[in-house]
Amino acid sequence: MHKKTMEDYVPNVSKASGPGVDFSYVGIDAILEQMRRKAMKQGFELNIMVVGQSGLGKSTLMNTLFKSKVSRKSVQATAQEKIPKTIEIKSISHDIEEKGVRMKLTVIDTPGFGDQINNENCWRPIMKFINDQYEAYLQEEININRKKRIPDSRVHCCIYFIPPTGHCLRPLDVEFMRRLSKVVNIVPVIAKADTLTLEERDFFKKKIREELRANGIDVYPQKEFDEDAEDRMINEKIREMIPFAVVGSDQEYQVNGRRLLGRKTKWGTIEVENIAHCEFAYLRDLLIRTHMQNIKDITSSIHYEMYRVRRLNENNTVVAHANGMPEHHLESEEKFDSSCAASRF
Amino acid sequence: MEPTETDGGIMEQPKNLEGYVGFANLPNQIYRKSVKRGFEFTLMVVGESGLGKSTLINSLFLTDLYSPEYPGPSHRVEKTVTVEQSKVLVKEGGVQLLLTIVDTPGFGDTIDNSNCWQPIIDYIDNKFEGYLNAESRVNRRLMPDSRVQCCLYFITPSGHGLKPLDVEFMKRLHEKVNIIPLIAKADTMTPEECQLFKKQIMRGIQEHKIRIYQFPETDDEEEMKMVKRIKDRLPLAVIGSNTIIEVNGKRVRGRQYPWGVADVENGEHCDFTILRNMLIRTHMQDLKDVTNNVHYENYRSRKLAAVTYNGVDNNKSKGQLTKSPLAQMEEERRDHVSKMKKMEQEMEQVFEMKVKEKLQKLRDSEAELQRRQEQMKKNLEAQHRELEDRRRQHEEEKERWEAQQRILDQQKLDNSRTLEKNKKKKIF
Repeated sequence: MHKKTMEDYVPNVSKASGPGVDFSYVGIDAILEQMRRKAMKQGFELNIMVVGQSGLGKSTLMNTLFKSKVSRKSVQATAQEKIPKTIEIKSISHDIEEKGVRMKLTVIDTPGFGDQINNENCWRPIMKFINDQYEAYLQEEININRKKRIPDSRVHCCIYFIPPTGHCLRPLDVEFMRRLSKVVNIVPVIAKADTLTLEERDFFKKKIREELRANGIDVYPQKEFDEDAEDRMINEKIREMIPFAVVGSDQEYQVNGRRLLGRKTKWGTIEVENIAHCEFAYLRDLLIRTHMQNIKDITSSIHYEMYRVRRLNENNTVVAHANGMPEHHLESEEKFDSSCAASRF
Repeated sequence: MEPTETDGGIMEQPKNLEGYVGFANLPNQIYRKSVKRGFEFTLMVVGESGLGKSTLINSLFLTDLYSPEYPGPSHRVEKTVTVEQSKVLVKEGGVQLLLTIVDTPGFGDTIDNSNCWQPIIDYIDNKFEGYLNAESRVNRRLMPDSRVQCCLYFITPSGHGLKPLDVEFMKRLHEKVNIIPLIAKADTMTPEECQLFKKQIMRGIQEHKIRIYQFPETDDEEEMKMVKRIKDRLPLAVIGSNTIIEVNGKRVRGRQYPWGVADVENGEHCDFTILRNMLIRTHMQDLKDVTNNVHYENYRSRKLAAVTYNGVDNNKSKGQLTKSPLAQMEEERRDHVSKMKKMEQEMEQVFEMKVKEKLQKLRDSEAELQRRQEQMKKNLEAQHRELEDRRRQHEEEKERWEAQQRILDQQKLDNSRTLEKNKKKKIF
């Protein structure tokens, strides 16, 4: 009897007062239906970045999350997987549709991260990319003739893959997450979690949470952005489970008469969507079913705003000295310099 | 049986014995002696932290080398690569084995891993040098052998082939120690992924011309079959575990997952049994021999020739590891001899030069002495003459004095005579 309304997409909506008595019903809640129709027409955009060493199953996980071949490897047929000498940033866009809702999904891959012998500053290209996306959006925004709908290429969410050593975070992981948690929402996951037994997994997670806390790294969902008590409760539950131990697979096997996504080994079959086996289902729910809009909101209202404030302050001081009057239009060189300064923490 | 000709030109004909002599007992004597003496084996494990090295060591030797009280190096965070060794004495069936495990915590763990292999190379060279010194001593009775005989290199199961760090490390160490590459945490991969990964690794190893430990060829059919089976499954994909789990009433060592139990000792699940058999039951002695005859000899000839090589050995004519060690050694000996000759010549030259110098010096000092002697002679003569002069003077003076005295005497006499005369006169 519960109609599919915007409530499923936007969690923080107060319900209408009771089953409406006709004479006191104004019809304000009909706005939800209007919003829904509009959103369906416009479609959604989601930009996810995957970061991690090669061989941790990033592409497979992306394919599993969106149940289609969206990863870079599926699109570009590479004969031999060579580790690139420097970090490259490759972004692939797909238009996917489900029940009339269209989504433009962009997966941003970072091959070469953490694979070299010397990994100093391997986070720089990634930070530069994220800031460049913010910059592009800013430029569109401060244009005099703005487009009706600014194409949103900002990175909404960065999934960081932690190798399943079972002991603790590596210095590279800590460095990267520390720097990037300030500019983008980071969701850490334990990759290839079928390596760990349940006790090892719990121990590892505890260790990781301790280290994140000790280093002051705030991953999504961030504590400081909890809006009210209800939010906090939900997010606390999620925070107790991070990082999610995931297993990815795009092959189907027959288990108990059903066809399921999984991995078949000699000692058993791992079911990807089985909560007892791995926490992929929780990750998917977080990213897509419950918190997708929240992630986008935090990106645009907090991370982007921080960047914008910083840039415009720099801008004002620079240009005020030069011209004596506030101007918004900048040369491309200055743009690059400022974005570099912004990315230098 | 064909008669064979040896170097001395003596025809050796393996003779059939007509009775029981008893030297077939020699292996037993060696056996008994070895058992009494005990065996030593040094094993090095290298790999990033969290790959299950400590667990594998515990599983291999069924001892708790690393236990909760003395945790393995992975549990401690290291900032730089250190090399640690732990010794354990294991006994089985009356045979005792002094096992030294060399661990390398911190390898590949930092952000910048350039030269993280340097401490390991230094350690191995150090051990070779120690053995070389012990060999060259006068009293060689107790020679502890702490050279690294085998290095297990753990490869991360990424599924994508060798990492740059793996390649660099193996390229630098394949000339110094027997490297056996292993795929760690093999329960990460399905059998198909595992096959693919193994092929990629072997291809990478061949591409970069890395010489991992080769199993020796034998004449025995059975052994050849076993060796071939091992070769097909290189690099070995292992799982380690020391926890015992019940499966269908049987107690096995394995890892318990919600979807099943991975049995460590099951040949279909992983290659752990193959590794254990190869390392301990069949090829331990061969590993020690190859270390002694090939790696150690390389080090030794390099050291004694006293020619500086840089990190990469440019004497590639060493050829295969176990193809013909004798021919290799002959060549090295010839090199060595020629180098010695050169050194001898140099030394002779230096010697001649020194002799010439010495002679020159002697001649100089002789001339000097000659001169001084002349000088002193002259002085002496001068003094002589002076003295002669003085004596003549003295003589002259004496004469004069005497003459004077005589005159005085004469005068006195005259005076006394006149006095007498006067006296006489006076008296009248």
